[in-house]
Amino acid sequence: MTAGIPKTASPALEARDLVVRLGGKRRLLRPLVLPVQAVAGVSLSLRPGESLGLVGESGCGKTTLGRTLLGIQRESAGKIELYGTVVSGVAPAIARRKRRAVQYVHQDAGAALDPWWSIGRTLEEGLVILGRDDAQVRRGKIEAMLSAVGLDRSFKSRYVHELSGGQLRRVVLARILLLEPRIVILDEPTAGLDLSVQATVLSLIADLKARLGLTYLLISHDLAVIKRMCDRIAVMYLGRIVESGPTSAIFAMPSHPYTRALLAAAPRLEAEGRHRHDRLLKGEPPNPRSLPSGCAFRTRCPHAAPSCAESLPALEPTGRGREDGDQHGHEVACGRWREIVQASPLPA
Amino acid sequence: MLILAKFSRDKAAVLGASIVLFALIIALLAPLIAPYPGDIAASHLLTRLKPPSIEHPFGTDNLGRDILSRVILGTRGALTIALMVVGTAMLIGVPLGLLAGYYPGWLSEGIMRVTDIFLAVPQLILALALAQLMSPSLESAMLALTLTYWPFFTRIVYGEARRLKVSLFIDALQCIGAGGARILFLHILPNAISPIIVRATIGMGFTILVAAVLGFLGMGATPPEPDWGLAIAESRQYLPDAWWFSTFPGLAIFITVLGFNLLGDGLRDIVDPRLRRSR
Amino acid sequence: MSGTALLEVKSLRLSVRTDEGIAQILDHVELQLARGHILGVVGESGCGKSTLARAVLGIMPSRAVLESGEIHFEGEDLLGVSDREMTRRIRGRRIGFIPQDPYLALNPVFKIGAQLLPMLRWHASADLRSEADRRRRVLSLLRRVQIPEPELALERYPHQFSGGQRQRLMIAGALACSPALVVADEPTTALDVTTQLQILTLLRSLTEEFGIAMLFVTHDLGVVAELCDAITVMYAGQTVETGRTDEVLAAPQHPYTQALLACHPDRSGALGGIQGLVPSPLAPPPGCRFSPRCDYALAQCSTRIPRLVKEAPGRFVSCRLADERQRERP
Repeated sequence: MTAGIPKTASPALEARDLVVRLGGKRRLLRPLVLPVQAVAGVSLSLRPGESLGLVGESGCGKTTLGRTLLGIQRESAGKIELYGTVVSGVAPAIARRKRRAVQYVHQDAGAALDPWWSIGRTLEEGLVILGRDDAQVRRGKIEAMLSAVGLDRSFKSRYVHELSGGQLRRVVLARILLLEPRIVILDEPTAGLDLSVQATVLSLIADLKARLGLTYLLISHDLAVIKRMCDRIAVMYLGRIVESGPTSAIFAMPSHPYTRALLAAAPRLEAEGRHRHDRLLKGEPPNPRSLPSGCAFRTRCPHAAPSCAESLPALEPTGRGREDGDQHGHEVACGRWREIVQASPLPA
Repeated sequence: MLILAKFSRDKAAVLGASIVLFALIIALLAPLIAPYPGDIAASHLLTRLKPPSIEHPFGTDNLGRDILSRVILGTRGALTIALMVVGTAMLIGVPLGLLAGYYPGWLSEGIMRVTDIFLAVPQLILALALAQLMSPSLESAMLALTLTYWPFFTRIVYGEARRLKVSLFIDALQCIGAGGARILFLHILPNAISPIIVRATIGMGFTILVAAVLGFLGMGATPPEPDWGLAIAESRQYLPDAWWFSTFPGLAIFITVLGFNLLGDGLRDIVDPRLRRSR
Repeated sequence: MSGTALLEVKSLRLSVRTDEGIAQILDHVELQLARGHILGVVGESGCGKSTLARAVLGIMPSRAVLESGEIHFEGEDLLGVSDREMTRRIRGRRIGFIPQDPYLALNPVFKIGAQLLPMLRWHASADLRSEADRRRRVLSLLRRVQIPEPELALERYPHQFSGGQRQRLMIAGALACSPALVVADEPTTALDVTTQLQILTLLRSLTEEFGIAMLFVTHDLGVVAELCDAITVMYAGQTVETGRTDEVLAAPQHPYTQALLACHPDRSGALGGIQGLVPSPLAPPPGCRFSPRCDYALAQCSTRIPRLVKEAPGRFVSCRLADERQRERP
């Protein structure tokens, strides 16, 4: 957790009403595929120096949102500002140039590195692309960065298949941090890692943030990871943010039924609350090509009422989580959150 | 060396590699090791069509020339054709495949449709037609073979490039701002090298075979060149009595082609980045 | 214990010849599973848990060398059964299998019905002679695993199902011939947490309903806590601790189990991992394989393989500390 974030600082990265439609482009001699609205009107702001966690299950649009903020995916509508400058509305190649300060760490570290290239050459490549330094300076920077991520110099001559999962994470982190970003988007930084390795990778990530003064957008399906790493959380379901706010506020009083279901469903070591009947969500997420009317979660929601089908609930403040100077505080997009929280403040 | 260890276990591949190496050495040293290097153009009518003996282990041909010498001297020609044809075909086919696979749209469609047209033309027919147009010669045969062989490389590289283009490490490169040329030639090409090498090796054998066919049909090498296909053509009227006249050039073709094919199959397994070792 | 166990693995030792030498994948593995119980086999990647699961099914890795050991199932040593016999009598019939990735286990070009029905045709018992009977049985299984519209599902292709539904189909397939044992290899790892909980709940109720025992391989201690009656912890190919789930989780005896539990978010406040790396199976450390990373290791730990000490009925620990404790006891 980061203390001493300037309370009134303007956002480092801000997205307003972002919409991303995937597919659906008509191409010569190819059948038309219906587009999917992967991100359906998301507003999000990342304050300098904070860690924002983006949580949701597969297909909720969190990775698409991350890639759109990065610029490699073009938004269909909406606006993105980076340190107060509008950087949206351009093709990916230009968007990436405008957003050099933002970098992305891929989920599958092993697959994100070219198997034919040694680690040393891979690390150097980013610097070569930027074209800033000469070979001598590059070598110095690479060795410094390798030791910063806890690897020794001998790794320069090694290849992807010779490294363990934890070591590969360190390499992809080093590669991105060499580019001197200010904002790093981390996609599932612990996916596929053993628990004993996860902990060391997470502490390295936290340590690097403090040392280099970075801002993180951390994408994960794992609430335990998010809870450890993030100052604020945004929970996504089917392209929309359904709940957001300071980590402490959300864990103290999760208010959207989906957030509560996610928290409840995580397998736990202790037996208490394991057999509560409302722990189990019914069914599966609906087809994103034909979403239900009103609240998209209502088909699986244990608290759904007829009124939920009528209109799409917007994010509304719960009145908590403003202590930190957060202008929005804790927000939830559910028409019935007051009744739900009143019935039981904590989920199963 | 893990690569050598793995390769040496594949007996067929080792046999192929030995044959190819042997053929290359013969081709390089041909004038030195051929017993009668002058028999390219000479004729000795007194020793016509002699069966194998100690002086002429493979016998002599219709002009009394030593067949062993001509087979050895012919190796150079056969390998030169194969290398030139496959090399040029790769130079044309590989970059086109990379471009078509990486950049979607009209350029890709254009390249691939032209490739399909060339692929549809039977190799031998085009070679015969060109030879007719240009007067039969080694050059026309080589041109014809090159024109019909590059689409194979384009097709293979196109498929590989399309597969690699959506792979995560290419995505990661795009994210850090790598340009198209860097991605294509430094990342996609090395990762596509395995099928290219295999195709090229097998293509060498195939080219030698088709070149021999063209020589046999009189559309390739011209007398008195020591071409294997040509030798078989000349031997036809002396069969079956002078069996050695066609057998030894035929064996030379068979063994060389077999060597390249075995080597090509063996290489498929060992051109794998996971066999790279830092130590 | 051995008299009542449905499945019993005794000092299984298995190595694989690789290009770089001989890899010791399993070394003195012991486990016992009683009828109708669920045993969780837990360990980190490379600990040999998947190889163990496959060995129980009679599927050995290529170029594997079985050095010693026995796998007793329903009173028969499976290691003495030929592969043909395994296919005919045991695999799919007495022992079902649920894979990690159902998408790889289903053939994408055939309809679900065409893949589930033959399982019964091959292993049909007397009352499933006719096609209609088999179809009825598959439909009832699909209903039981909560596949919506089972008749339509038979006519669909694998890609038309979600990950969770495909796993339900695999479960139906594993149960098709009413086996005594089901081996599940990380069946929920690829699923989202809400779907995972659905599948775990389903597995629990199915094993209770049909009296099936299950060998459940996973890396996730939380999943074991949710589902399993007993737990066997593996490290670098060796069994380090086994016992009832609640006992092992409440009072882990082996330093590795303790360290692994301490990494779990439910237990640890601060970030911490286990120092060092999992050893390569090509050159496992001598003696106790955890000794190079263990806080309690002494010189003797790296020379002697600790024996499996019986702490209580069904509770075994393989560690010098447990051995010493037992010697001190009168």
